[in-house]
Amino acid sequence: MPQLANANAGVVIERLRAWKSESVAQVIEYRGETTIVVPPRLLLATAEQCKQDPQLNFNQLSDVTCVDRFPNEPRFELNYQLLSIPRAARIRLRTSVSGQQPVIDSLEPLWPGANWMEREIFDLFGIRFEGHSDLRRILLPDEFEGAPLRRDFPVEGKR
Amino acid sequence: MTTVETAVGTSKTMVLNMGPQHPSTHGVLRVLLELDGENVVTAVPDLGYLHTGIEKSCEDKTYSQAITLTDRMDYLNPLGNNLVYCLAVEKLLGLEVPKRAQYIRVMMVELQRISSHLVWLGTHALDMGAMSVMLYAFREREEILKIFERFAGQRMMTSYIRIGGLALDPPAGWRELVKRFVDMMPARIDEYEELLTNNRIWQGRLKGIGYLSAETLIAMSTTGPGLRAAGVAFDNRKAFPYSSYEEFDFNVPTRTESDCFARYLIRVQEMRESLKIVRQAMDKITDQGPIKSEAPGIVPPQREKMKTEMEALIYHFKIFTEGFSPPPGEAYVAVESPRGELGCFIASDGSPKPLRVHFRSPSFINLQALPQMVKGQLIADTVACIGTIDIVLGEVDR
Repeated sequence: MPQLANANAGVVIERLRAWKSESVAQVIEYRGETTIVVPPRLLLATAEQCKQDPQLNFNQLSDVTCVDRFPNEPRFELNYQLLSIPRAARIRLRTSVSGQQPVIDSLEPLWPGANWMEREIFDLFGIRFEGHSDLRRILLPDEFEGAPLRRDFPVEGKR
Repeated sequence: MTTVETAVGTSKTMVLNMGPQHPSTHGVLRVLLELDGENVVTAVPDLGYLHTGIEKSCEDKTYSQAITLTDRMDYLNPLGNNLVYCLAVEKLLGLEVPKRAQYIRVMMVELQRISSHLVWLGTHALDMGAMSVMLYAFREREEILKIFERFAGQRMMTSYIRIGGLALDPPAGWRELVKRFVDMMPARIDEYEELLTNNRIWQGRLKGIGYLSAETLIAMSTTGPGLRAAGVAFDNRKAFPYSSYEEFDFNVPTRTESDCFARYLIRVQEMRESLKIVRQAMDKITDQGPIKSEAPGIVPPQREKMKTEMEALIYHFKIFTEGFSPPPGEAYVAVESPRGELGCFIASDGSPKPLRVHFRSPSFINLQALPQMVKGQLIADTVACIGTIDIVLGEVDR
């Protein structure tokens, strides 16, 4: 029972390459899941293509997460889990964000549901999302300093 | 502090602070309501009162230690949380779980689904003024918790599902125990329906309240009963079967009204479907058989072996001191929790502690639709909307 039918992933990669060959920088296959690495500047356009292309039809954004690869650079990896409800298919888009200038396009214009998911990442990782309608802290108090889910933030907190 | 901008001078609105100690917010949710008379103009949820940094804590624990933290997120669905976390770690490891353990997992999470829906039904009816339903619902939930206590030794924070299988073999006499429950339950669900479904007050409070179109709900990333009440038959158990769900015969109930009443009917129907699954699982579970996969160094050895075999003792020691290291990589697993898609994303860097654990919690994401749902409605209907989204604040804030 693969979570991602490989046939589906093949279609996605093929369609994206046909649309814009540089949108697929790398394809990672691991444990039956396919991750498409997208250059940061093409993230919004690629996500839009995944949503609008009738053969892909990824109509829901399931989840957005960040992984901090500190001290490597670019240190942040953003993972977007896309879901196509009519096709029962999933795909993961990944892009990287540098530590010096943690800014990336927001996907809120495509999926309004990205609003809180991106606020959570802004809150806990300190990544700014350009084009977000309401970029405020969501879980932590406004006066909190730092981004606690970064790897260089101590588990026991800063004193 | 979150502030609400009021249109001073253009209309007479008032800002009302609802929560975080309001009983109908089911925990510590705070909603800032801008009101025009009794109608809601804007609603701004304010979260984080229960934020405990579970995702951060997981990074400082070994893979097996982190299981106990997952219980404490969605405290009405601890077994489901255990399951999604263990499935994700097993996927990272490429570990197969014996069929018998998979069926027991299915049976337990379906019982958990019933108990979670019972708490929802009881508390929601209480919010709507039907007090007696809560007493009935909690009576039956108690029976499920007794089953959990026999299986896991714990009523709520079970940590029963472990990486590679289960913590313990089912207890002696479990079949009679579960059978008694599934035989009793259908009549009890009829009882709740007799009290509520055709009740004019109940219908009056719920029908036509909190409508959102299927397109809006999909765009807002809503999943679970809220989405199925809008006519979208999406269920992870059917779309992406895990833990042998493809072998079970059950329906995914849907409605098209997409109001609070439809969400109520969906949950009641889901309890009946879960009972069907529990019955099938009971038939599939054999009396004898493994409950853990054979994976030395990952799954703890049997107690007897540990006392007689040197190798088993070494593995036991290593698992509980330094843990085990999955190869570098990432995995995302999604299961259908009582509230919707519960996802777990784990990134491993090849060390015994996870680099990143993230939970896609359905309560958090479904709650996003609240401001749109209550816009223009009465304050009293806000309570109905919060209720039928079915949030668990432990999971919203994590």
